[in-house]
Order: sequence, then C-alpha cells, then structure tokens
Amino acid sequence: MATGFDPSGRLPDFFTSTGTSSFTQFLSQAAPEMLPGRRPLPPGLSGDVAPHGTTIVAIATADGVVMAGDRRATMGNLIASRDIRKVHPADAYSLIGIAGTAGIGIELIRLFQVELEHYEKIEGAMLSLDGKANRLAAMVRGNLGAAMQGLAVVPLFAGFDLSPADPGRAGRIFSFDVAGGLYEETGYEAIGSGSLFARSALKKRYRPGVSTEDAIVLAVEALYDAADDDTATGGPDVTRKIYPVVMTATANGTQRLSDEEITTVAERVVQGRMENPGG
Amino acid sequence: MAMQFYASPEQVQRDRSEYARKGIARGRSAVVLTYEGGILLVAENITTLRKISEIYDRIAFAAVGRYNEFESLRRAGVRMADMLGLSYDRRDVTGRALANAYTQTLGAIFSETQKPYEVEICVAQVGASPEADELYRVTYDGSVMDEPGFMAMGGQAEAISNVLRERHDTGADLPTALALAAEALGSVGGENGQTRTLEAKQLEVAVLDRRRQGRAFRRIADAALTSLLGHQTVAEAELGDVDSAPPAPGEAKPTISAASADTETPKEN
Repeated sequence: MATGFDPSGRLPDFFTSTGTSSFTQFLSQAAPEMLPGRRPLPPGLSGDVAPHGTTIVAIATADGVVMAGDRRATMGNLIASRDIRKVHPADAYSLIGIAGTAGIGIELIRLFQVELEHYEKIEGAMLSLDGKANRLAAMVRGNLGAAMQGLAVVPLFAGFDLSPADPGRAGRIFSFDVAGGLYEETGYEAIGSGSLFARSALKKRYRPGVSTEDAIVLAVEALYDAADDDTATGGPDVTRKIYPVVMTATANGTQRLSDEEITTVAERVVQGRMENPGG
Repeated sequence: MAMQFYASPEQVQRDRSEYARKGIARGRSAVVLTYEGGILLVAENITTLRKISEIYDRIAFAAVGRYNEFESLRRAGVRMADMLGLSYDRRDVTGRALANAYTQTLGAIFSETQKPYEVEICVAQVGASPEADELYRVTYDGSVMDEPGFMAMGGQAEAISNVLRERHDTGADLPTALALAAEALGSVGGENGQTRTLEAKQLEVAVLDRRRQGRAFRRIADAALTSLLGHQTVAEAELGDVDSAPPAPGEAKPTISAASADTETPKEN
C-alpha cells in the first residue's frame, strides 16, 4: 500500500496535509488504484464478465426509512449467487443498496462506509444527510468511464435525517444515475432490473406516513412482484430459507431484520400469493 | 572574512531537544490509564479544540504540545488506519503499526528539520483484558515506549506519573479511575505547590470501552462526566457517543442545488 518510498521513513506529505476531510480524495493521491473508475479497462464492452446485482427498494415511513434487496446476482442467463447481500448500512443512520455490476457496487459500498466514518473522525462531526448523498453522487460520477464500458453501478441511498428541514420528513431517499446525477425521491423508489415492477407495486400500495412494520411487508411484496416478472430478481427461496435483506434506519439507528423476523414476513407474503398470485 | 561557527552534532541535538521539551512543558497535561472496563484518556483542556480523538475501532490518540503539529499527526493516523482497514480488514489495524509510523515520522522531523515538533503523543489500543491493553508513548524525537498501564504527558509529567504510579489499579471501575486521573492532573499547577480540584468543564475525557463491539471510542462530556466525577456510575448506554455530532438543521432547498438558502427564498407578496 505505501506509495512513494521516502528514505527518511517519514509518512508522505499527503498523509499529514490539511487539505481534505474526504477519504476518497485522500486515496486519489495516496493510492489511486484503490478507487473504482481509476483503473484502465481494455477497450470495448466488458459488461458480461462479472455478476450483476438486481432489485433494491426503499420506502420512507413515519419513523424513517426501510430498504430491502433481493438476494440474486446474475451473469447472463446464469444465477451467479443466490444469497448475495446488496443492502448495507452506510453509517449509523443511513443505508445503501446497489444494482449493477456487483463487484464494483460492493467496492463502492465499502468505500462509502469508510468515507463517512473517516469524515466523522477527522472533523469530529457527522455529515448532513444531503452531504452524504452528494458525496455518493461524486463517487458514482467517478465510475462513469467504466459505466460506459458496461460496468455500470447505481446505488440507492436512504437515511434518517437527524436535522431535517421539515421535521415531518426525517426519512429521505436519494437515487442516482450512472452519470452521478442525484435525485431526491418522495415516498418510495426502486432500482435495478426489476425496479419497474417493484415501483408499480409500490405505486398502488404505498401511503405516506406508513408504519415501519407495514413498510417492511410492502417492500417484500414489491420484491415478490419484481421477481414474478423479472428473471434476474430472486423471489423468496422457501426451500433454502433465503429471504430478502431488509434494513431500517430510524432515530434509533440502522437495524437489519433478524432471520426469524424476515422469515415470518416472507412466509406470510408467499402464503398470501398462494391464494391470490397477483397480491 | 566572516567567522565560520562550528556546532557539534551533539550540541545541535541537545538544543533541539531542549527546545522541544520547553515547548511541551508549557502546555497542560494529559493522562492515559487502563481500568477494568477499558482505557481512560483524560486531558486538561478548556477549549473545544481536541487533544483526544478516535483513530479506529479499538485505537485512540491523545497528544500534548503544539496543536497544529499534533493535529496533522492525528489526521495522518486516521488516514493510515482507514486505508489499512479498507485494504485488509478492520481487525488488521493495530496500534503498533500506527506507533511505528509515528516514531518514524517524528524521528525524521527531529533529525532533518530546523525545528522539531513540540509534541508528545499516546497511541492507545484496548484489548480483551487490562493485560492486553497497549499504550505507546511517542516523543518529539521519535523515541517510542510501551507504557505499563498508565502514562502522563505534558508539563510536569513526572510529578503526575508519580501519583499514578502509587495508586493505579487495573481492576478499578470508571469513576475511581477518573477520580485518580483528575487528582493526578490536579496535583500540579496550583499556587505555592497546592493541589487543584478539576471540574468537568476543565477536562476532556474519553474511553475506549473494552466491552463494546466495533468502534470502542466514546467521548464523555456534560452530564455523564459530572456524575462520574461525583463518583456515581453511569450506564454504558449513557456514557456518550462516538464523535458524531449531528450537523446544523437542514435548509429547505433541493440537495442538488449548491446555492445558499437565501437565494431560494420564496417571493413574498
């Protein structure tokens, strides 16, 4: 890792310089090869070489946000992974999910998690939720070159705003495009190959001010609908007991639903579809 | 012809040492000690500029001396730790690696530049038991020492150390350990050699909590600190938080807009 050998043994200047509180900005000097988007790619499209992650949904609730992701990664017509985890906590009050090239997406999540913690430690304060979203947009923008060659990744970011402009809207959702465009969403949002179906399901069922418990069921239902019509999205796998990853961010911080909790919800959803396949 | 003066290397080193030591002795002191529940870091500090901070999950940093100099070392530590943790794994970031980087850096600055850094720093890493705790003292000239469970830095560190040496107990609970730290810091600096009683607002206090998962650093301030100084125990959940003060309230303008809020105020009729 150490870049540039200084015979005195002293840490290189960019370690001690005041310039930036951003970890990615520091890495761009210290170890640019650790940033996705800074690596040279062979010419041509390379989208088929790595697995793709699929559908993520996020819902704003009365107490914060709920984010859920299916567990499938695909490579062309093959299932690359049945139990990939695509929804992670970004920090104590926010969540990030990814769709697109799984490898780059996971790298982006790791980098973003360190980015937020790094800022907290350097500055002794947390970034605002808008600040976090803007940082993430900049990181997606950095990957544009790779995205043009087929290695696109798009995150979904949602969190509990500790100091919101409107106290009634503490749970906020942000979506991105491959060019680094940042868009705040109202109510709900879905990304990935099954997002069309998930969003349509949410459009009919979402009501502002929904409780966290109800939103969890809504999210699992939306993923079921996505899996129903999109081959790249995995539905609840009752034989292997693999169910979506569901996380919440509220005033109490971020939490992941335990295996028992999600099993109960998912089995109830599957049971409901036995009687009425359309939900 | 101008006279050429010769100064022996020994003389140069002695002068630099003396300069650095004087600078450090002018500032207020800090102590770091292990207790039953973790490592306690206490600095006498009435400003909001911090002498103690979090570096990584189980590692903290304390320093005395010139603020601008130890602040740049602190940043370097956080950057190095985060980079190591991202490249390898969070468990692979160790206090010893950081202490090594600091000793190399301070050593190089001491021998190569005109002015040495006037700082003394402590890298503390909390372990599963008090015996597994590690405290490294790195001084202005790059020497590093592995301290046995407690250490004092800054002006009159020797006198403060003596108080700690006599009474330090790795099995002590947090209020007892804090009382000892406050007493040790107050044992010097009073008028006519009198002891002082330090209050909550004169102290900067943090712990590395042994029992916590993940980030073990907790800053203790305000109500929690006052009760601890009054020898009351404080529940672990109320000790304080990592350094993550929420930012100022948001403004009612879109996130994508970089303009200040007053440029978007709705027109009043």
